[in-house]
Amino acid sequence: MVEGLRFMKLSEEMVRVVIEKVKKELGDLVKSVEEGKGYISIKVPLNRLREAAVKLKNMGFDHVKSLTVTDYKKKGVFEVMYMASSYLDEELSRIIVSLTVEIDRNNPRMPSLSDIWTSVEFQEREVYEFFGIHFEGHPDLRPLLLVPDIADLKPLTKDFIVKEEPIFKS
Amino acid sequence: MAIEGVKAKEQGKVYVGNLDETAKRAKQLLIGRLKLGKAVDWATSFSLWPVHLTTSCCGCEFAAAWSPRFDGEQFGALPWVGPRQTNLIIIEGTVTRKMACAVKVTWDQMPAPKFAIAMGACALDGGIFYNSYNIVRPWEIIPIDVYIPGCPPRPESVARAIVDLQRSIRSKGIASKWVEEGVRPDKPLVAPKQDVCSWWRG
Amino acid sequence: MSVSVIGGPKRESDLKIPGTEVRKIEKDLYEVFIGPQHPGSGHMRIIIRVDGDVIVEADPDMGYVHRTMEKLGEIRQYIKNIPLFERMAIQDACNVTVPYVLALEKILDIEPPQRAKYLRSLLCEINRIAAHLYGFGIFGVFIGHSTMYMWAFADREVMVELAEKLTGARLTHSYPIPGGARRDMPQDFPQAARKAARYMRRRLEEYRKIFLDNPVMKARMEGVGYIPKKLAAELGVVGPVARASGIKYDARYNDPYDAYDEVDFEIPVFEEGDALARAWVKVEEIKQSLRIIEQAVDWLESHTSEAPIHDKFWAKSPPLWKKVFEKEGRVKLLPMMATMKIPPGKAFARGETARGEIVYYVESTGDSIPYRVRIVSPSARNAIVFKYVVPGHRVMDLPTIYGSIDYFPPEADR
Repeated sequence: MVEGLRFMKLSEEMVRVVIEKVKKELGDLVKSVEEGKGYISIKVPLNRLREAAVKLKNMGFDHVKSLTVTDYKKKGVFEVMYMASSYLDEELSRIIVSLTVEIDRNNPRMPSLSDIWTSVEFQEREVYEFFGIHFEGHPDLRPLLLVPDIADLKPLTKDFIVKEEPIFKS
Repeated sequence: MAIEGVKAKEQGKVYVGNLDETAKRAKQLLIGRLKLGKAVDWATSFSLWPVHLTTSCCGCEFAAAWSPRFDGEQFGALPWVGPRQTNLIIIEGTVTRKMACAVKVTWDQMPAPKFAIAMGACALDGGIFYNSYNIVRPWEIIPIDVYIPGCPPRPESVARAIVDLQRSIRSKGIASKWVEEGVRPDKPLVAPKQDVCSWWRG
Repeated sequence: MSVSVIGGPKRESDLKIPGTEVRKIEKDLYEVFIGPQHPGSGHMRIIIRVDGDVIVEADPDMGYVHRTMEKLGEIRQYIKNIPLFERMAIQDACNVTVPYVLALEKILDIEPPQRAKYLRSLLCEINRIAAHLYGFGIFGVFIGHSTMYMWAFADREVMVELAEKLTGARLTHSYPIPGGARRDMPQDFPQAARKAARYMRRRLEEYRKIFLDNPVMKARMEGVGYIPKKLAAELGVVGPVARASGIKYDARYNDPYDAYDEVDFEIPVFEEGDALARAWVKVEEIKQSLRIIEQAVDWLESHTSEAPIHDKFWAKSPPLWKKVFEKEGRVKLLPMMATMKIPPGKAFARGETARGEIVYYVESTGDSIPYRVRIVSPSARNAIVFKYVVPGHRVMDLPTIYGSIDYFPPEADR
């Protein structure tokens, strides 16, 4: 058993250090780096996503916690966020960076990152069935959770509306 | 057969009971004293073996109902592995579209007379997931005998449902009629409106 | 090959009966479908391909308990989502809802009062022990040790009772709310908690004798399902699975929330990475949780009772609510919470459940319902173990691996 560790809340200083590091490492790849609530948002263009992912992985962000996709119907885009963090680097493990790209809602195709981060493989399959985003280069792109006739409806997009009983409306 | 048995006994090789004699005695014992149907009902009600098919999160309380504190085994019920050796299915909570096929297949494999208990609000009519796109009501797939409300129901209510089921088996003579006629007299069989296993074949 | 049967069919094609054609395969590989009806906790199917009895390929087929929580979360009010998300893992109810509440608090920019923080942590740890014991019980069933099931489930009732005393519900507590907790500690709770902790410590010693140091069980667990540290980091496994492989990661330590930066406890980390180490991590974690429970109870006892909810909400509440709190120690759900509008914003929060880290991403557009809630539960992240770790093991090791990673399908499928 490894000895007890020291507990410490995340300070703004630590976040700033990581932001500087990311900016230095990724250089001209990024569109913007912002501090969000609980994560650091790194926006990159779609054609340079893989390059940025490789650089983040080399920095020490070794796994992806969450592949979050949000459907902005009015803007006509899907926002895809790879929320990565670290296990092996203790300093980086306190930080979560989100590698964010926007893709066209009508033609949802993007490169798969599952060969860079293996941990994202099942989540990409999940996104594929819920949003219909086609990940090019994914080794095994099949629906994961849903039966095929429901997967065709793309349930998590805003086009799919679930009926709510009108008992209480604010 | 009995003659062969007697012969073998005479030769001092094997012991085979005299079946003719035993049957005669059993006839004397049973006929006119106890209706065989009643014995079937009594025996069935104390050997309700639920199958190990956990459909959802009510399985936590289902497992607790067989833990030492609540001791479900005292009612002669013990969760068992193979559907072929069981006669009770307890639907623990929500049944999703994918699981519906498994429920149906498991139910079809169980030998009659068989019974079903629906546990939890989700198994009644969807509960907290009433408007979810991925669930089915279990009563659309199999005929349910006892419903347990609650989210999740306490282990005591699982025990209560089993006792209720035992009572109705004995008072209505469900098991014996099923054995005689081959069908459930009081409950029509449920044919699912939709093909629950279509995804699997496709 | 020619077939000549006197008086029978003359041609080879005549011998074929429809439906009985024999297909030749390259190698002796067989597909075995395990589940969703199988001994143990059920709800999941694993499709494996075996060569002899060695698994060469495993494909977890999930989704048997997918109840569409992410979609339903988008059409319900914020407060109604707490009982909804709780159904993911009802034996671990407080742990799975706390990060959702943390995310809402981040958007609202409020911090719950100190008392609420301790109360939440107290229930979280009670839940953690109960969930670990549940996992132990199921693990026992899986590898044929029924005594472990009986003991663990009997002892779990102690913790469930404790939680019932604190919140009023056996499993689905719906305890944390944005800005606080639903109920203060009852008067006689500290004694009960200390008694339970003493009892549990004694029992853990007996678990060690009957289960962990049992030579039969050791033979089944040692070296099975070995995950090296590097692979564990690459696969992104969480919780006891990661900590058994030497990864020093615990959301309570790396991103402290609630009272975890004030209480004193350790994170047990093992280097072995096999099923036995995973079982040991759970036992050590139960010990640490007992420590936290005792500290939290001490703190709560020594500080005066106050409403465990943020002043922003409590100050505006009607007098009846305050009267109910004084009388029963219960925070009646505030009327403003039902239609509570959350300012626009996005937040990401993580918390440590018994099975590992759970993360929530909440996006608000200023309405009373969220625009998007993304949940990644620990079991969903651990499911990848089946694909990458199981191949190479024998079929009879599969239950050991399944049980040792404590996979809980309703949580994984959401």
